[in-house]
Amino acid sequence: MDFENEMKLEFISKSVNEAFARISIAAFASQLDPTIEELADIKTAVSEAVTNSIIHGYDNKQGIVKIVAKLKNNEIIIEISDNGKGIENVDIAKEPLYTTKPNLERSGMGFTIMESFMDSLEIESIVGLGTKVTMSKKIKPKTEENDEFELISNA
Amino acid sequence: METQYYKKDKLLVLKITEEIDDCSVQKIRRKADYEIERYMPKRVVFDFDSVTFMDSAGIGLIIGRYKFTNMLGGKLEVANLTGSIKKIFEMSGILRLIPITTLENISDIEETA
Ligand SMILES: Nc1ncnc2c1ncn2[C@@H]1O[C@H](COP(=O)(O)OP(=O)(O)OP(=O)(O)O)[C@@H](O)[C@H]1O
Ligand SMILES: [Mg+2]
Repeated sequence: MDFENEMKLEFISKSVNEAFARISIAAFASQLDPTIEELADIKTAVSEAVTNSIIHGYDNKQGIVKIVAKLKNNEIIIEISDNGKGIENVDIAKEPLYTTKPNLERSGMGFTIMESFMDSLEIESIVGLGTKVTMSKKIKPKTEENDEFELISNA
Repeated sequence: METQYYKKDKLLVLKITEEIDDCSVQKIRRKADYEIERYMPKRVVFDFDSVTFMDSAGIGLIIGRYKFTNMLGGKLEVANLTGSIKKIFEMSGILRLIPITTLENISDIEETA
């Protein structure tokens, strides 16, 4: 399949890179002219997946987190992957409030947030090999009465 | 994070001024717990007015502070939830335990350092 645009990002699994990752993907996504709310949804979903790779996949040890983002027909598709420990049972992991690290004040909300902030969420994981999360979101085309217009008329 | 303590009401307002994620949350947690232990407030209000980003780490933070405040005999509230931050709070179900409050009239209350 060809895409209108595509980018790749790789960084080591340090939590300071969470902000870098979500801001980079948001900057790339802004080519689709998203609303502030759509952009916030994308940033949050990326932050959840990247954080999971760092704290669960690699257990805070050093590894590489990879992100591939593609734009096609008003849709952004984001793949976030690690070569970490993997997830034994993806269906259970996806359940709201399920966490394997409750002692570290995790709420088990990550997958629930990704699922509700994006249009689709797919998780592929093999124990011992790693995890890949693929999410997509359609950015609604703007009509005449778009945000910019409202901003100008309110000014 | 900016903190203000209003002695008359035994009210501690913790205004978070940074993005809340897994990276920043430890520092916020440490500072919040320090202030809560120092003042032993009856009410603790977390103000989200200046928070430009929050993910699930924020829910963990608030649940943890809720337990800590309760243990010390106080009540925890949250203020100025908007946009995706509000959506995350609603999704988590913790608003059944933690009331949303407004900080509008607080400047009437005398602040004591
Ligand atoms: N990349 C990953 N590698 C290994 N395990 C993972 C990965 N992502 C998620 N998991 C597992 O799935 C569980 C659920 O993830 P989810 O993001 O929903 O919650 P959490 O990370 O535990 O808490 P929160 O996201 O609210 O801080 C995790 O506790 C972990 O066991
Ligand atoms: Mg998570």
